[in-house]
Amino acid sequence: MSSCVKRFGRSCASLVSKRGLSTSCIQKDAAVVAENGVKSLNLYSAINQALHIALDTDPRAYVFGEDVGFGGVFRCTTGLADRFGRSRVFNTPLCEQGIVGFGIGLAAMGNRAIAEIQFADYIFPAFDQIVNEAAKFRYRSGNQFNCGGLTIRTPYGAVGHGGHYHSQSPEAFFCHVPGIKVVIPRSPKQAKGLLLSCIRDPNPIVFFEPKWLYRLAVEDVPEDDYMLPLSEAEVIRQGCDITLVGWGAQLSIMEQACLDAEKEGISCELIDLKTLIPWDKETVEASVKKTGRLLISHEAPVTGGFGAEISASIIERCFSRLEAPVARVCGLDTPFPLVFEPFYMPTKNKILDAIKSTVNY
Amino acid sequence: MAGLLFGRSRNLLQNKVQRFLLTFIASPTNNLPTASNFSRYESTKAQAQLDLQHHDHDDDQVIDFPGGKVGFTSEMRFISDTSHKRVPCYRVLDDDGQLMKHTNHVQIGKEMAVRMYSEMVTLQTMDNIFYEVQRQGRISFYLTSMGEEAVNIASAAALSSHDIIFPQYREPGVLLWRGFTLQQFAHQCFGNTNDFGKGRQMPIHYGSNKHNYFTISSPIATQLPQAVGAAYSLKMDGKSACAVTYCGDGGTSEGDFHAGMNFAAVMDAPVVFICRNNGWAISTPVEEQFRSDGIVVKGQAYGIWSIRVDGNDALAVYSAVHTAREIAIKEQRPVLIEALTYRVGHHSTSDDSTKYRPIDEIEYWKMERDPVSRFKRWVERNGWWSDKDELELRSSVRKQTMHAIQVAEKAQKPPLEDMFNDVYDQLSSNLEEQERILRKTIEKYPKDYPSDVPL
Repeated sequence: MSSCVKRFGRSCASLVSKRGLSTSCIQKDAAVVAENGVKSLNLYSAINQALHIALDTDPRAYVFGEDVGFGGVFRCTTGLADRFGRSRVFNTPLCEQGIVGFGIGLAAMGNRAIAEIQFADYIFPAFDQIVNEAAKFRYRSGNQFNCGGLTIRTPYGAVGHGGHYHSQSPEAFFCHVPGIKVVIPRSPKQAKGLLLSCIRDPNPIVFFEPKWLYRLAVEDVPEDDYMLPLSEAEVIRQGCDITLVGWGAQLSIMEQACLDAEKEGISCELIDLKTLIPWDKETVEASVKKTGRLLISHEAPVTGGFGAEISASIIERCFSRLEAPVARVCGLDTPFPLVFEPFYMPTKNKILDAIKSTVNY
Repeated sequence: MAGLLFGRSRNLLQNKVQRFLLTFIASPTNNLPTASNFSRYESTKAQAQLDLQHHDHDDDQVIDFPGGKVGFTSEMRFISDTSHKRVPCYRVLDDDGQLMKHTNHVQIGKEMAVRMYSEMVTLQTMDNIFYEVQRQGRISFYLTSMGEEAVNIASAAALSSHDIIFPQYREPGVLLWRGFTLQQFAHQCFGNTNDFGKGRQMPIHYGSNKHNYFTISSPIATQLPQAVGAAYSLKMDGKSACAVTYCGDGGTSEGDFHAGMNFAAVMDAPVVFICRNNGWAISTPVEEQFRSDGIVVKGQAYGIWSIRVDGNDALAVYSAVHTAREIAIKEQRPVLIEALTYRVGHHSTSDDSTKYRPIDEIEYWKMERDPVSRFKRWVERNGWWSDKDELELRSSVRKQTMHAIQVAEKAQKPPLEDMFNDVYDQLSSNLEEQERILRKTIEKYPKDYPSDVPL
């Protein structure tokens, strides 16, 4: 379990302050130099650092997408073009299917193609290239060709004011596609290590970045080149009464619910899935066999969300050990609504209620 | 940055282009009156037709707009949808296989000509026999290139084997030219253990790493932006090679056509787009596909050099592709080739095209406009080909194809493990589990499963 390094009050709006993870607190300065090769970084800076390392350690690595040349609308690619040149870090035309198609061709020639889709809400024009091309590239050729060097980075999720088209969490669509991996980090340190793993993994990967945490989540991040394993979930908080599974920005909300539940004497185990496909069933299974209860939470609409897959798989494996129905606390089955966002979201108290009713079932 | 690293040396090619006098349509960016570059396009008919520029603007009055200065005009004039006269089609051989008067083309010698003709015949023969084999129910599907043998073989002949091919599905001739054997074609169509694709895809979805021929996928035009990415890689590596990608007239309606063309232009990618405009996208005729003057005119709007070529004229295709390749590599820029041809066969074995197009039309193109016999007449006229050669070739190819089919049909299917391999670089835990469960089920119900797949 990651320890709570720093927790302190902040002047942000209340909605925003709810997003802090105990392992990633808010600070005014994005980067504060610390000792022993560790720097306090926010999430976009950690991504930026990973991209610097990726480009620096592999001359065949490229970073491209809409507006990445000047640093990107979320600043994740700041300084890359200056350092590595416009031939390796460049803007593309505004065309998502072009970005991914281009990336597949680049990767298929033995390069690390790191493509950015500006918002996950806009990834759908590239869906065909991802599903029918990238995902099947190795399989359909009998392993003669692959585009494993392709990593598609894209910011996802609620941000407080994003409405329909700057808020969505479309990860479940991609979890139905054999041949790609889907990875979502929860914090700056995780983002850097997981992104470097994705870039260097020999399979095409969609890497969803929790955009609400870009500036908000700050954490001590090792400055060196490190990678975190894919398809390995992490128990980030141990408990014995109920297992909570989530990923990305939602984990901070879930952790707050765990803390509140603790005050009421309920011990929650919290798991960060990190890689959604191929996912680490064993870690979740082991936890649920211990606690006998499972709650899954994600921002995406509940129907057909990846929570449904986790629920079904765990019921298959742990049916006799379950002491209550699996609970899902997710986004509602509406388009992402601007004014109604606080109603739509799987908030702390919704989770807390679900924890209590599951434990008291 | 890319431009600086790979500075364009357009003047080097200028003489060559002038010599061929090919009617490449210049892109608007090259059209701007920067004297030396402009003169070489000025005289072409195609350029005159497509020259939508306004000559009456006052040079002193310009708007300094992002992307370059634009002159003003006091005349309110809309650019018309198409020009009155369609862009002419470059050809070298007439319908009778005679060299056109005053033709300019890349010369080819006896050895190349005979090889081109032989490969066209091989493709034709392979198509005929494989088609029949499908009709007999021995393979599940087939798709011929009938009527498009010249686009297939002549374009392949004009390229280097280092050029990277991103095919659609009606260009098996390119792979044939590169040395993929009739046996290898047959293995793929039978989906046996020798199929490079391990029996996972329908027949005709060939691919060969050794031959720089990326594995075919069924979705239309998806390969175009991929070819641009590959071309960019060649550019960054400073390779003397280009990417070449094919699509049909229907493919130009896909978003990926737009993506590919626009990315190629913006990235200065050395890629040659070859569009086989064969008149039909399954049952949809070109009149219902687009309102433009075909595909060639689309290049200019993207800032890409373009040419329309007679796709049933092997020498014209060869010359255009050869020159396009030089432009792509030496100038580090894309080129678009529209080859006018005709799909003589049905779309595939799942289609009966007589339901939607007149048999007379098919027969006309099959008999009067056949690219193979047209090229043959030219080869014969040069004294490079005899009736005896013809008999020997056809008989030999037929025998080889029949033999290949017999061998492929007898070969074992790929083993069950190949169903699970290659989804990822390594078997994931969910696939391990699913394979284990499946094997138990097969043990229990062996009759539910094909007996020819080794377990």
